[in-house]
Amino acid sequence: MSALPWGAMARMTGRRLLAAVPVLAVVTFAVFAVAAASPFDPAYAGSSGPVAGRDVLDQVRRNLGADRPFAVRWWEWVTHALAGDLGDSATLRQPVSQVIGERIGWSVLLCGVAFVLAVVAGTVLGVLAARRRGGLFDKAVTALSYMLEAAPPFWIGLLAVWLFALRLDVLPAGGLTDTGSDAVTAGQVLPHLVLPACVLAVTQLPWFVLYVRQGVGDALAEDPVRGARARGLGERTVLLGHALRSGLLPVLTLIGSRVPELITGALLVETVFSWPGIASATVEAATSVDFPLLAALTVLATAAVLLGNLLSDLLYGLADPRVAHEGM
Amino acid sequence: MGDRLRLSAALVAVVVLTALVAPVAWPLDEQAVDLAAKLRPPSWAHPFGTDEVGRDLLLRCVHGLRVSLLVGVVAALAATVVGTAVGTLAGALGGWADRVVMRLVDLFSSVPHLLLGIFVVAMFRPGVWPVVASVAVTHWLSTARIVRAELLSLRTRPYVDAAISGGASRWRVTVRHLLPAVLPRAGLAAVLMVPHAIWHESALSFLGLGLPAHTASLGSMAQAARGTLLAGQWWPTLFPGLFIIVPTLAVAGLAGAWRERLDPRRRSELAL
Repeated sequence: MSALPWGAMARMTGRRLLAAVPVLAVVTFAVFAVAAASPFDPAYAGSSGPVAGRDVLDQVRRNLGADRPFAVRWWEWVTHALAGDLGDSATLRQPVSQVIGERIGWSVLLCGVAFVLAVVAGTVLGVLAARRRGGLFDKAVTALSYMLEAAPPFWIGLLAVWLFALRLDVLPAGGLTDTGSDAVTAGQVLPHLVLPACVLAVTQLPWFVLYVRQGVGDALAEDPVRGARARGLGERTVLLGHALRSGLLPVLTLIGSRVPELITGALLVETVFSWPGIASATVEAATSVDFPLLAALTVLATAAVLLGNLLSDLLYGLADPRVAHEGM
Repeated sequence: MGDRLRLSAALVAVVVLTALVAPVAWPLDEQAVDLAAKLRPPSWAHPFGTDEVGRDLLLRCVHGLRVSLLVGVVAALAATVVGTAVGTLAGALGGWADRVVMRLVDLFSSVPHLLLGIFVVAMFRPGVWPVVASVAVTHWLSTARIVRAELLSLRTRPYVDAAISGGASRWRVTVRHLLPAVLPRAGLAAVLMVPHAIWHESALSFLGLGLPAHTASLGSMAQAARGTLLAGQWWPTLFPGLFIIVPTLAVAGLAGAWRERLDPRRRSELAL
């Protein structure tokens, strides 16, 4: 293998980071525009709104700056955000940056473990299914994948809680640590991580299984594989050395583009399992219309998606040297 | 293949008929409370059991299916109209309009669907119309991409050239010659979107951001069942979920068969 095209990759990363600036600017602007168009009054957020008098509410609005046009507030928010101040969460009574700092690690842990599980299990099942397409195992795996794809993640999560936490009583039903224990230790977190991570992995699994099955199955029908078989190579060599290499690479390069689905899954799974990550904070922020928190988390998710796309394109260029990094 | 088509079509028919006819044929009150019979497991009297205030779950599932299907169809239609309009604008005009529209599509696709939906609903209070709007806002992208790509390939066809050299205006070419050719694809995308819309609605309702909690919707039923699940009652959770899965699988099967008819060369079994 020749040396990696570091220069081209660095230039592409730089270009993408530059391109992300206007995207994030437009997304934040749209977030503020939608909030301005909504019938919701920020003076009521997390305060004693309903019992306060008119003059008090007006004062609160002035303090929050809600009486000025949204474009002005947007600009102020952007300049403050660049300085590291994302405002204060009205419901959690904490700076937004602190909320994110405390929670993002748990979300990354959950999503990372789930993603690795999904990639590994999806590849194994997909390859096994592709080996004999139309066979009994293939039919079972495909049917199960379609079923899991159709099932809502929250429903899978709830049923998993019922089965593993209630009926079998082998795993905790939710949270990060046992109730009554404040110390966050690895021994506490690990058993609490198993169920949410597995459920999140299961929700991401169908896509991997079906794509790997398709990619490897198609590769098995192509000339290089036929040639390898004609030369009398063993089934294992053909499958792992030829079909897997050409069939799997395009799939693995796509994993960066799965970030939106992963975030969607995390929103539901973290809520079901009361996992103290940023996805469950997003849902809490939405139900109590905590605008500063919701705005920051929306931007954060957008940045994560852009990062995933970049990763995807970088891997694609590495996997297929015919694709130059320059054009992307 | 024929069997799959027939099975999916039959399932779709059963689902739609159940949602449309059952509440009319058996005008029972799905909100009827019977505290003496609360949290009964499935039995002959209550095939799906009863919930925490003794409401019959089969009845509520059927009504929930009706609500979810209705919201799903309306939302999918709204998203398809938006997507077709935007895709046509980009594909028929080309040039800078195309570039602007495709930038917009990229922009929208960089915010996760459910998150954008949550944001829209949170800002406009939960209810039917914010849910429909949030589905429309997040789901028009794929339709717009499909319509645009199709229009770009159609624009170079001889019959379109013939219409242009015959003096037809841009508007006339678009409406008479281009749009009719893309509508089947847009229709397929709309059908495929209905399960997505149902999924989206039930996820929002589950998070407490969709339809009001007392409405029998499949997502809000699962949300209400969370409390009793930890006490060991599995049936209020299990059945609403099954009612989400079955229509999704049926529509996916039907759409797959339809696509094979539209484009028999494409052998891929994956969704769009």
